[in-house]
Amino acid sequence: MKTRYTYGGDEHVYVEIDDEMSLDAFFIALSLSKLVREANIPGVTEICPANASFEVRFDPDVIAPDEMMARIRELEGAAKAQEKRLDTRIIEIPVFYEDPWTHETLMRFRERHQDPSGTDLDYAARINGYDDAAAFIEAHHSQPWFVSMVGFVSGLPFLYQLVERQKQLEVPKYLRPRTDTPKLTVGYGGCFSCIYSVRGAGGYQMFGITPMPIFDPEQKISYLKDFMVFFRPGDIVKWKPIDRAEYDAITAQVEAGSYVPKIAEVAFDLDAFNKDMTGFNAKLMEALNDA
Amino acid sequence: MTLEIVKPGLATTVQDLGRPGYFHLGIPEGGAMDRLALRAANMLVGNEDGAACLEAVFMGPEVKFGADMTVAVTGAELPVLLDGMPRNTWSSISVKAGQVLSFGFLKEGARIYIAVSGGIDTPPALGSRSTYAIGALGGFEGRPVAAGDVIPLGRGAGMPEGRIVPDALRRRPAKPAALRVLPGLYWHRLTEKSQAAFFEDDWTVAPEADRMGYRFRGGQAMEFVDRDQPFGAGSDPSNIVDGCYSYGSIQVPGGLEPIVLHRDAVSGGGYFTLGAVISADMDLIGQLQPNTPVKFMRVDMDQALAARKARKETIEQIRQALS
Repeated sequence: MKTRYTYGGDEHVYVEIDDEMSLDAFFIALSLSKLVREANIPGVTEICPANASFEVRFDPDVIAPDEMMARIRELEGAAKAQEKRLDTRIIEIPVFYEDPWTHETLMRFRERHQDPSGTDLDYAARINGYDDAAAFIEAHHSQPWFVSMVGFVSGLPFLYQLVERQKQLEVPKYLRPRTDTPKLTVGYGGCFSCIYSVRGAGGYQMFGITPMPIFDPEQKISYLKDFMVFFRPGDIVKWKPIDRAEYDAITAQVEAGSYVPKIAEVAFDLDAFNKDMTGFNAKLMEALNDA
Repeated sequence: MTLEIVKPGLATTVQDLGRPGYFHLGIPEGGAMDRLALRAANMLVGNEDGAACLEAVFMGPEVKFGADMTVAVTGAELPVLLDGMPRNTWSSISVKAGQVLSFGFLKEGARIYIAVSGGIDTPPALGSRSTYAIGALGGFEGRPVAAGDVIPLGRGAGMPEGRIVPDALRRRPAKPAALRVLPGLYWHRLTEKSQAAFFEDDWTVAPEADRMGYRFRGGQAMEFVDRDQPFGAGSDPSNIVDGCYSYGSIQVPGGLEPIVLHRDAVSGGGYFTLGAVISADMDLIGQLQPNTPVKFMRVDMDQALAARKARKETIEQIRQALS
């Protein structure tokens, strides 16, 4: 791991813990961004942790950019020494794979895709060495995912799958980003899955859609009454494949205010996970099943 | 106190100085694309600098006033008409209840700001009245205004007619427009040839230019320094492991067309960014029409900070000119 410090214009320091993704890099980025927050450095206006990097926005009229960067560097050692453990929750998210809405959209933007002749799922399956889309979908939902970043648009989670690196799925982003993506599309780019919280632009491959809203500015949805954004970094997600009938049933429950996501409180310990991924995941999913 | 939208224009929204603090959740700071123009409009009508105004792009709305008040129009240049009679831009205008403000065709710039004494008084969302339409947040019901909307206004003392911002303090894009860029972020991903070409090439504003970002075309496709793509980034050399985007940062998907991320930009993603437009030039971008020729100019941090200071001084000069 090689930490790299750089500026984003005159108002941002960008810290890349590593140029490749790993949970180790994620935990250092999260710890260092927390230490920067706790340090209450005058002039800091925003701190945004990401997958393997983070960014600090500051007012250069209050603190000089080189001093801002130096203050962050001072905290790097302490961040690396911190425990890689989180008290968090595991959530079951229903997914309707190969749904009609993302299919319509991906056909509309085919000329921006690496393989205009197939679908995003066919392409993702092929380049990851799966026989067909069904086998790829199975790999996508059989093991849980870790929310390693919240952002892009309103509360969108980036998810990193909790499996050995050689089992991780990887796909490129669209050659040119789309100007449209259906709300609640389950997407994929690099090694990250995501849920598009709102309709809009997007560059990730599209695999399916969830009926479960994750952002509600009006805060009318029962489980978003306390805050309009559902996800936080460190949340764990288990996809549950559903068909059209289940999709429609859950949509109706959401509209009626009766839908309750399945959630269990769990602890995530990176060392324990690294020692026995299969066993650790089985325990996570057991906790979810008991919820 | 209200004003009624008779005709909405193209994409007229309520904007103030934005909602910092939620970028880590993907909710952008938002707010006026041209903050200097918004501040000046508010100063002209006697508001706090950050009061909420209407921001209109390319085409003015038609609005009817529900009470007597002071109005000012700043930003882009276009004919301002009160009950059909010409009035000045960058100037305070006294209006009576029932009068109608309308606009002619755009002459220069891209966005106008309409301030009214007392400011627009829609309910703040996460501390700001700025409209973030993608997230259906803030502004008037989280969306651009529509014909028939009655917009609530605050109470303001108003100001005398004819206060004016001197011409020398109104910033206009040069021809070609010059945008100062501080290289950084993933600048090292580009070959030396592409680094040089970015500043030498002639660019124009593409039609895809909005509150999220301004796309540019006309320059050469970029070449990347050879490497094995890091795990998790995706195979295209313009891909990175998804990170945060800086305001003003310039991403180049596929190495083809640079996109400068603006007020409503996405907060992060997986395309590389080569650096960022300096804070002092962000307002200027909001005044660029599609097809405008643009040159990117390389600056260092000292130059960026000097430009930031100069911009602050301009704002203070406007304040003094109106005091």
